Order: sequence, then C-alpha cells, then structure tokens
Amino acid sequence: MIEQSKIRNFCIVAHIDHGKSTLADRIIEKTGLLTSREMQAQVLDNMELERERGITIKAQTVRIVYKAKDGEEYIFNLIDTPGHVDFNYEVSRSLAACEGAILIVDAAQGIEAQTLANCYLALDHDLEILPVINKIDLPSADPDRVKAEIEDIIGLDTENAPLISAKLGLNIEDVLEQIVAQIPAPSGDINAPLKALIFDSLYDAYKGVIVFCRVFDGRVKKGTKMRMIATQAEAEVVEVGTFGAGQFIPCEELTAGMVGYVTASLKNVKDTRVGDTITDAERPCEEALPGYKKVNPMVYCGLYPADGSKYPDLRDALEKLQLNDASLQYEPETSIALGFGFRCGFLGLLHLEIIQERLEREYNLDIVTTAPSVIYKVYKTDGEMIEITNPSNLPDPSEIDHMEEPIVSAEIMVTTEFVGPIMNLCQERRGVYLGMEYIETTRALLKYDLPLNEIIYDFFDALKSRSRGYASFDYDMKGYVPSELVKLDILVNKEEVDALSFIVHADTAYERGRKMCEKLKTEIPRHLFEIPIQAAIGGKVIARETVRAMRKDVLAKCYGGDISRKKKLLEKQKEGKKRMRQVGNVEIPQQAFMSVLKLDDE
Amino acid sequence: MVKKKNRKEVGIYVHIPFCLKKCRYCDFLSTPTDEAEKERYVQAVLQEIESYQEVAKAYQVRTIYFGGGTPSLLNPSLICDILEKIAKVFSISDRSSLEITLEVNPKTANREKWKQYKAMGINRISIGLQSTHDDELRLLGRAHSYADFLETYTQARECGFHNISIDVMSALPGQTLEKYEETLQRIVELNPEHISSYSLIIEKHTPFWELYGEGKACEKDLPDEALDRKMYERTKEIFSLHAYERYEISNYAKKGFESKHNSSYWQRIPYIGIGLGAASFFEDQRFHNPLQMQEYIRVAGNSEKRKREVEHIGTREAMEEFMFLGLRMQCGIEKAAFYKSFGKQIEQVYGEVLEKLEKQGVLRQNEFCVFLTDYGIDVSNLVLSEFLLE
Repeated sequence: MIEQSKIRNFCIVAHIDHGKSTLADRIIEKTGLLTSREMQAQVLDNMELERERGITIKAQTVRIVYKAKDGEEYIFNLIDTPGHVDFNYEVSRSLAACEGAILIVDAAQGIEAQTLANCYLALDHDLEILPVINKIDLPSADPDRVKAEIEDIIGLDTENAPLISAKLGLNIEDVLEQIVAQIPAPSGDINAPLKALIFDSLYDAYKGVIVFCRVFDGRVKKGTKMRMIATQAEAEVVEVGTFGAGQFIPCEELTAGMVGYVTASLKNVKDTRVGDTITDAERPCEEALPGYKKVNPMVYCGLYPADGSKYPDLRDALEKLQLNDASLQYEPETSIALGFGFRCGFLGLLHLEIIQERLEREYNLDIVTTAPSVIYKVYKTDGEMIEITNPSNLPDPSEIDHMEEPIVSAEIMVTTEFVGPIMNLCQERRGVYLGMEYIETTRALLKYDLPLNEIIYDFFDALKSRSRGYASFDYDMKGYVPSELVKLDILVNKEEVDALSFIVHADTAYERGRKMCEKLKTEIPRHLFEIPIQAAIGGKVIARETVRAMRKDVLAKCYGGDISRKKKLLEKQKEGKKRMRQVGNVEIPQQAFMSVLKLDDE
Repeated sequence: MVKKKNRKEVGIYVHIPFCLKKCRYCDFLSTPTDEAEKERYVQAVLQEIESYQEVAKAYQVRTIYFGGGTPSLLNPSLICDILEKIAKVFSISDRSSLEITLEVNPKTANREKWKQYKAMGINRISIGLQSTHDDELRLLGRAHSYADFLETYTQARECGFHNISIDVMSALPGQTLEKYEETLQRIVELNPEHISSYSLIIEKHTPFWELYGEGKACEKDLPDEALDRKMYERTKEIFSLHAYERYEISNYAKKGFESKHNSSYWQRIPYIGIGLGAASFFEDQRFHNPLQMQEYIRVAGNSEKRKREVEHIGTREAMEEFMFLGLRMQCGIEKAAFYKSFGKQIEQVYGEVLEKLEKQGVLRQNEFCVFLTDYGIDVSNLVLSEFLLE
C-alpha cells in the first residue's frame, strides 16, 4: 500500500495557450515514465480534435513516479482539466479531486481572464497554489513584471515561483521539487466507509463505463458493491487501477488519497455523473461529498443530416457520443426546411462545435446546424411558464405575457488601448456595465452583465477582431431577467424558413433582420427566377433583399475536345446542388443556415 | 481487312504546344520554344500516331485538327510529316470530304507557308484574333497587332483558302460595348466563313488571375454582369444579321461551313488526341496524354503508359454525354437517336428532368427532338448539369 504522505494530487490551471499541456508533457517526460522517443507531442491531449485545436476537452489523468532530491519516491497524480468556460463545472470537479494546483502564467502575456477565473476556482477549493512562470525563453518575456502582477492581483507569494520554459524543458525539476515541498499530501481515513469523487468518466466498448475517481476515505477493489449517491445507481466493481500515460494499469485496490479508475458493468455515463460520490453500498458513508450538481445545457440548436437519408446514422452517432458525454442532450425534432433532425443541448458554443466536428469526422456525417438558441422562459397570459429552446415553438404573441432571458456576468481582460472598442461591443450586445479595474497601467478588467443570447453568436470572434486578439473573456451564469424579445422570421420567396427563425431583443431586431437578409443574399445562388428575401416580425416585414434571376451561366469553350473537364464542371455544379435544401422552389445552400450566425462584419 | 463501309469514323486532334509567347490569359499547354525541341516533339507525335497502327484499320479518318499553341509555328514540312504518317497508319478513303484544320496565329505564316499548307491538303484555317484593337491585344499579351492579322488573313485568302474561321473574345478588362461592337463589325466585314466567340474566362495560374481573379486588385476592371450580358446579346444580333448561324453555344458559321471536327465532339464521334496533354474519346474510354513535356516524349509511343485519367464510358456516362453534349448544338438532340443508341425511350430516363426544364422555360421538346431555348443556352451550365445521373 502506498503511504498517503508520498502522494501528491494536483492539476495545472492556466489561460489558454499559456502552456498547460506542454508542461504536463514535460513533467511526464522528466519523471521517466516515458522516454523522449515515446513521447508524442502533448501526451495528454489524445483526442485528435484536441490536438488540432490545442485545447483540452476531456480531462485526462496520469499517474507518475518521481524520485525527489530527498531520495524518496513520490506518486504524482496529474489531473488535466478542460480549458474552456463551457466546461467550468468539470474543471471544478477536477479541482476538487486535488490538494494543489500549478498556476501557469505566460512570462510575456502575464495574467489573463482565464488565469484569474481558474485561479479563483482553485482557491475556492482550498487548493495550495503553486505559481509557475512559463515561456521565459521568449524575447518579450518579463518574469519580474509578471511576478509582481501575480502578487498584486492574486496575492500569491512568488518568491519561489519556478521560472521555466516548458517548450525547451528548462527548470522543470524546480517545478517537480516544489510539488513535493508545497502541495500537501492527502489525509483521508483508510478505515472509514468508502467515499470517492467522480471527476470524469468515459465509455469503452470493452470495459463499459470507466469511472475516473479520487478516493477520499476508505478503499475500493474488485467485488466492492459500489453505489453512486446522487444517481442511486449500483454495480459491482470489476476492475480498479491507475493511469499510465494513455493506458489503464489495473491494480489490487484504490485507497484513501489515491486517484484511479473503477469499472463495473455500467452501460451509460449517465449513471456516473461527474461530481457524484461513490460509496460502498454495504457500508455507505454518511454524507456525499459537496458540490454535486447536474449540469444543464445552456445552448441549444438543431442538428440535421445534410443528406436526409442519414437520419438514422445521426441518431446512432449521437447515442454513441452521449455514452461519453453526459452533458450532451438531444431529442428528435422536425423542420420544414431541413426535414428530420435533433434539437440538441450543449454546455456552450465550443461544446456545440466540438460535437459537430466529431459527428463529421468520427462518424463521417455532413451536418447542418441551425442558429443556436438559449433557454427562454415564456410566461403565458394564462399563468403558465414554459421554457423554449426552439424559436419555432414560441407561442402566439397574444398568448405571451412576458419573456425572460438568461444573463451572464462576464469579465473581459483587455489592454487599455482597446477598452473603447470592447466597451462599444458590449454596449451593442446589450451589456450592462458593472465596473472596470486596472490590473496595471496598460491593462484593465471590464465587468459586464451580458445576455447569453448575445454571446452565443459571434461574440468571441468580435472580441478577438476588435482587440486584435488581445482581449480574453470569461463568464458565469447569473440568472434570468425580463426582456423584450421578439421572434424574427426569415421568408425566402415568400415562404417562412423555420430553421432560420430566431429570438432576438426588440431593439436589435431590425439590425439583425437587415444583416440576415444581406448575408442570405450572398449565400443563395441565383435561380431562374427572382427571389425576395424578407425578415419579418409577426407578419410585418422589416427588411428585404432580392436575389436577381440568373442571366448567364455558360461555359463556352471546350478546349481541344476535353469533355472530361467539361463534365467535371457540370458535376461540380450538380454536387453543389446536392448540398442545398429545397424550400418551396428555392434551393438554399446548407452553408447559408450556418453563415447567418456570423453577422458581425467589423 | 475491314471493309470500307464498315469502318467507324474517327477524328484526329494534334496538339502543337508552342507559341511565340504566352498570352496572359492562357492556361493551355503551350510555351515558347526552340527548333530542336520542336523536332523532338514532332518525332514523339509520329511515334504516337504509329502506336495506333493495330487499331487504326477499323477506322477511317474524317477530320484532322491541328490545334495549339500555334501549329503554324512549325516548319510546314513537319506538319506534312504528321499528315503523311496519319495517312499511312489510318485509312483515309475520301480525300474530298476530309476536313483538315490548322490553327494559325498572325505573324507566324507567310505566302510560302500558305502554299505548302494548301499543297498538303489543309482546307480549313482558324485564326486567333480575339480583338481588332491594338490596345486590347497588348493587354491580352497577344504577340501581334490588328494589322498583322489583316496581313495573315489576306494572304490566306489570296493563297486560295475558302474556309477560314476567326476567334473573337468578349468581356475583356476595361472593354466598352462600343469597342467590342467595332471588333464584331470589322470581323463580319471581312466575311469569314466561321466565327468562334468566347467571353474571357479568368483562369487560375495565369497572369490574368493575379490581376483579375476573385478578390484581386483589378477584378473591378472586368465588365460587370450587365455589360457582359449585353456584349453577348450583341454578338448574337450582329452575327445573325450577317447570315451567321449559331450552330453551337459559341460557334457561328455561314451555311455549310460548320466545323465538322468541333461538331464531332458534341456528336460523340470518337476522336484521338495526339500530342502533349491531348484528350481522346476512343473505344469507350476518355483519357488524356501526359501534361509534362519530358514525360510525354518518353511514353508517346506506348499506348498503355501514355493514358492518364482513363474514364470508362458505360451506358450511364454515354447517356449523360449524349444529353449535355448534344444539347450544346442549336438543333439539339433527336429522340430517335437516343433510342437507337441506348434502346430506351428518352422519356424513360429523363422524363422528369425534361418536363421540369421545359416548365422553367430553358428547353423545348416536340415529338422528334429536344433543344435549348435561347435563355436555356444562356444558363446552359445550370441546365446541362441536370442531365447527370445519380
């Protein structure tokens, strides 16, 4: 059995791109579990998508052995956390499984919005925080300034903070020694009833659900009858083990202080929700670990197969994805324009994009998504309250007393020269200004309340473009407020296209309607007849554009009898048509349904 | 020995990929070159023709077309070698109905050459003019002036050529309707038997693309859609006023002077493409030759190694081609010919498409044939793509 005093459970938190995954790689490398040759770049991000985007989507965990300068061997459990606000709850559960956190700050960029958000999250969980200054090899690195920032803004002592370059592998030993010295060892009671926190789970075709957990008290081994306190699911443990780099290593038992995995004959990750507590059904603990909540989707949109006959394939794919992703929700819906599909709920826009990409990549499906929507609360005149996630389901205006929309409190970190443009942006997006703090003379933290439906469109893009990439952003759900909302309908050739309808604030309806029409005009190809595109609220047209009839599309020359070339062009034309949706007698490219999400042209 | 009357017809296209200089819009296989390379190239061409020896006996040649590039840059004796080789390998039964076309660019021919061309049996000349305005010719990067063209044209006439075609191009950067009409007028006054009219296409990998391609600096200099359209209308009007009939989307001819060779493409008559990158439709296959000169020369004599992108033309592909090629012709397609080729009524295969397109006003049909309306020709890409089968 491993002594708890030799265990260190920690995670790494950072702003995006400050080098979290690279440091994780280096730590694994330096602890000697893997040779340099075996190292794939960024061992922890093992989903293809994650590697491409350079962000961590699912938490990954690795157990490593470090022989410290004091001659003792220590077990490190490094729990990698998702790096995006969409997955904040999952981050918080990962943090709850640790005693300490390494806070990486980029030596050139200094503290950013997510640095603060993640650091405060770690402090909320009473973690010991170990600041590390990364990228000191950059010409623009200024470690002293960044240290001062950390001390001033977060209030952490930086005297012993390692100055490293994860990329070059510089001073990584300092980090390892600090982990041993600074991060407290776990202190659970091995003889108490089993109490373990689920911080992730995944579905494996052979093993069934694999639960990632941190044991706080007691022990779990093969044959333990485990019970999940919140979901009440019970199952007999088949295997327990620890995490190698990218593989599962079975072991005898997991005891208090350890991080590892448990498998039982569970078929669905719904039974093993992140944040739930595992106990022994025959000797249950008295109370669950704090902090469990069922995460609910914040953003909804319709997902439709580009090829209608692929509907069953899409259903199967969503089913499989859900096995691994308890926060993904879906139910069947029908659209006049798009046919049969699913209304799906996501934690946020990134989550949506990831699911969409996985469907396209891993399941080889072409997907059309409709405009994302938040959950609106509609109070009807008869006193009933309903929640709407699909604009098409909005009751007749005469039945609506009033509506409420979700609001988030947002923090935006920006260099002072861009404060003006960013404030303008927030204002355009109906933000309520709460205040501004200067982090240092050149940087400010803006605080706003923003309607969620204003940030799920293209807020990130707009933020980036208006700050030349310098602004960073974080937000938290705040609650619902009454709001004057209307449903904006789009009519193409006089026919309402349900998949293009969306709910919008009355004040911005005209502007959005106009931009939608303009955008659609460029997306819908010319037909043999003129096509009016109109935006309307409750039957009243507020904007109009026209796609003129096609006049000429003739490829004259057939060079030297090259018929194949000619045919390829015709095939391309035909292929383009296949990717269109028929609405009335108009063919709308699938691209058009998505392009209308990006209307901010600044 | 296959009896003459049982022999199938075939056309032969010979590609001559050499030019005085490369035009700025051109994405064809053609480059300036030296005499030695021309010689080497013609040797390869002769080898390629010879490689058809075995199969050639089942065919009789009905048209020969020297395209380019600028075939008139070759020494006439080389052209003669090629013709003689074709005559030796293939059978040419009826010399009097054989159409032999040579593409010529101004400044590359003289009286001596014309006489030799005439003597070797060339009976149709196609001259690349494109514009009658020197500033436009300079813009296009053409190697000649309008005066050079006139000299070439007059000489050809004087040397006894009675079937001459002129190429003209519309929608040039900065071109006005007036200037374009002037070009059209000057051309009809010369009274050629045949005119090919194209609008400029800005092709990738050309100097023009860098200037006028999508999103490039000078894209706005191209005539807008309305003007392009107007030029196209005026082309039809002016030519028809001077008794030129549009027999195919971009080809106009005096009665009886339609190009047999070009028409054979639309009629799906087999043709053999000889030379660099040349495309063939032969024995139910479409394929082309290598696009790289060294590679072509290496494999020219080997009929198997030479083929690139071989596409087998089965019944489905043949039906598609029958429609999208046949409908390019003014006269359209004959329903009976469809039945004769495929043993099926056209309605069985394309009934729905025909009905839909007829409703949209782009196509008409009667008991005997199907043809595009003027508007249908204008939007032919859209219309013809409908005939591709799943």
